[in-house]
Amino acid sequence: MDNFLFLTRLDYTLIVVTLGAALLGTVSGALGTYAVLRRQSLLGDAISHAALPGIAIAFLLTGSKTPLILVLGAAVAGWLGALAIISIVRLTRIKYDSALALVLSTFFGFGLVLYSLIQRSGNANQAGLDTFIFGQAATILKRDVITIGILGGIALIIMLILWKELKLLIFDEGFAASLGFPTRLLDILLTSLLVIAIVLGLQAVGAVLMSAMLVAPAVAARQWTNRLNLMVFLAAVFGAFAGVSGTIISSSTTGLPTGPMIILCATLFVGLSIAFAPNRGLIWDSIRQHKNRRSLKIAVGRLMEGPQQESE
Amino acid sequence: MPIGNLDIILIAVTTASACALPGVFLVLRRMTLMSDAISHAILPGIVLAFFLTHSLSSPLLILAAGATGVLTVVFVELLQKTKLVKEDAAIGLTFPALFSIGVILISRYASNIHLDIDAVLLGELAYAPLNRLEVFIADLNPLLLYVILHIQVQLQGYFSFSFDLGPMSLYVMGVLLVLNLAFIMIFYKELKLATFDASLAATLGLSPVLIHYGLMTLVSMTTVGAFDAVGSILVVALIVGPPATAYLMTDNLTRMLILSVVIGCVNAVIGYWFAYISNVSIAGAIASMTFIVFVLVFLIVPNRGLIAITRRHIRQKWEFAQTMLVIHLFNHEGLPEAEAESEVAHLHEHLQWEPTFASRVVRYALNNRYVSQKAAQLILTDRGRTIAQQALVQ
Repeated sequence: MDNFLFLTRLDYTLIVVTLGAALLGTVSGALGTYAVLRRQSLLGDAISHAALPGIAIAFLLTGSKTPLILVLGAAVAGWLGALAIISIVRLTRIKYDSALALVLSTFFGFGLVLYSLIQRSGNANQAGLDTFIFGQAATILKRDVITIGILGGIALIIMLILWKELKLLIFDEGFAASLGFPTRLLDILLTSLLVIAIVLGLQAVGAVLMSAMLVAPAVAARQWTNRLNLMVFLAAVFGAFAGVSGTIISSSTTGLPTGPMIILCATLFVGLSIAFAPNRGLIWDSIRQHKNRRSLKIAVGRLMEGPQQESE
Repeated sequence: MPIGNLDIILIAVTTASACALPGVFLVLRRMTLMSDAISHAILPGIVLAFFLTHSLSSPLLILAAGATGVLTVVFVELLQKTKLVKEDAAIGLTFPALFSIGVILISRYASNIHLDIDAVLLGELAYAPLNRLEVFIADLNPLLLYVILHIQVQLQGYFSFSFDLGPMSLYVMGVLLVLNLAFIMIFYKELKLATFDASLAATLGLSPVLIHYGLMTLVSMTTVGAFDAVGSILVVALIVGPPATAYLMTDNLTRMLILSVVIGCVNAVIGYWFAYISNVSIAGAIASMTFIVFVLVFLIVPNRGLIAITRRHIRQKWEFAQTMLVIHLFNHEGLPEAEAESEVAHLHEHLQWEPTFASRVVRYALNNRYVSQKAAQLILTDRGRTIAQQALVQ
């Protein structure tokens, strides 16, 4: 009975928040697939941290706390951060991981400087920063759900239109370049799509956990299939399920913040997929190994027995 | 200058040095994202230790968080070992999960206890000197007590029941700095070999796994020690920034280690003064300074810097064009069409250059005495001929 109690509490706010989390999970799951396949899983982490100064500058310039303006600032800064990473890797001998960590931490640091400036001028409270780092799913409004739906929808449509090009880019960049595709432009475009997914998620799950929203559904989906289209679809489904289940679990008990619950749900999907997925999964693998060992034993046994029988 | 500032500078410089040393090996081993992961994943360790000790300055906290950091490394490697998840994705899965557990623990069980999550994540150097290492009189033996009291009374002219030995973080970071320095000095050869040629290190009987975990333990402990002062996200800037900057400047490991520490200290001091003057977040200012110094070094460093590279590209472009010019003249030298081919006014047509570009190349070639001009025609000099011959032989 107790389990069904939360159903009676399916109030308006919860529906809005759940819908927002589901949409967010869909968008970030689908786009995260590309980041994971390109081994850039942590790009999301860097972009989400690098977005902080953008939010602060947007606030300093306009003085408004309208989500759309702050999201725009976050997107510009996150995009610049991603561009800085790409340039550092291209122009210096600094490797991808160092460039990522450098941009992530220093952009965030610059954001902190700006925040302390805002705080000193006294027209803002710390709440903005907390929301940025940890997210506050409970503050998602109908307006935000519409924003997530429209911007996320645009990102997904661009992904579908450029399906063939992006597929070629992530699996064989050199071949794509030799066919005359503008790979650098496609790279920047793909990064921009990721930026959109990330800044949309900042409000709900926050900067630290946003990277997992991109990575976890994609890694879970990867275990079930070798095909890109199925993987993107599954990742979107897993992302949506993580969003919905995380929100409902956190609303059914007090003291369970939504963002972390969504991440734990997504991580649980990964664990289950790694264990149970057919062909690739650990359990499947150990059963196959067991079978192989037995058939090898039987084969060896026959070999040993064969000549003996003849001699008898 | 008030004494509090000197304390902050000392803490900042010690923290920067302690972070830069292991950072060098992380940058070279391409494992800097591990420091990012560790700095987030230690949260549940800190929270659990806090539940046990109810204090944020207990040494147990550092041990527990350090253990969580090593556990993170183990988790990541286990995930990788399944061969189902790549390294970057394994890191991206592990630390948000652990971080989530930490946040849930805090909001579920510690919402009424004082554990400020901002302090853990962001840190504030300005408050670091406030937590001081104090020795209470009752703990000391009477003779020592007499000596200390005597000195203190003489020095400060007043009597106190506790004796201030300086800020706590300074001691914590000082110990970590000494530990890091000792580890690197003792295992310098092993670290160097394992970093640059892991398979050779393994064949020689050095255990790369042991060195890996030794390094990761140090990184974990340094991260935890530093979170008090600069927060867990900016610790990454201190670990990665100075070594990455030094990596642009040198090919020598020893020099890179020394440079990293120097750059880390310079960033810390300049960052602090900037924050002091404009009254902003100190840790944030140090991180910003780290990026600015990185970009500056990237621009101006000789040979590898952007300015040097661009100048080299431009020089090479003109040199190549001049070589093309002398080869062109050389090919037609002494042939019937030579007169038409070496006419200055029509050179750009033969070489398919822009007219302005062609006239500039001719000007440079005349300056360098590769060619000489007679009426409207270019004639190769001996020097120009040698260059053309060399280029063709190559």
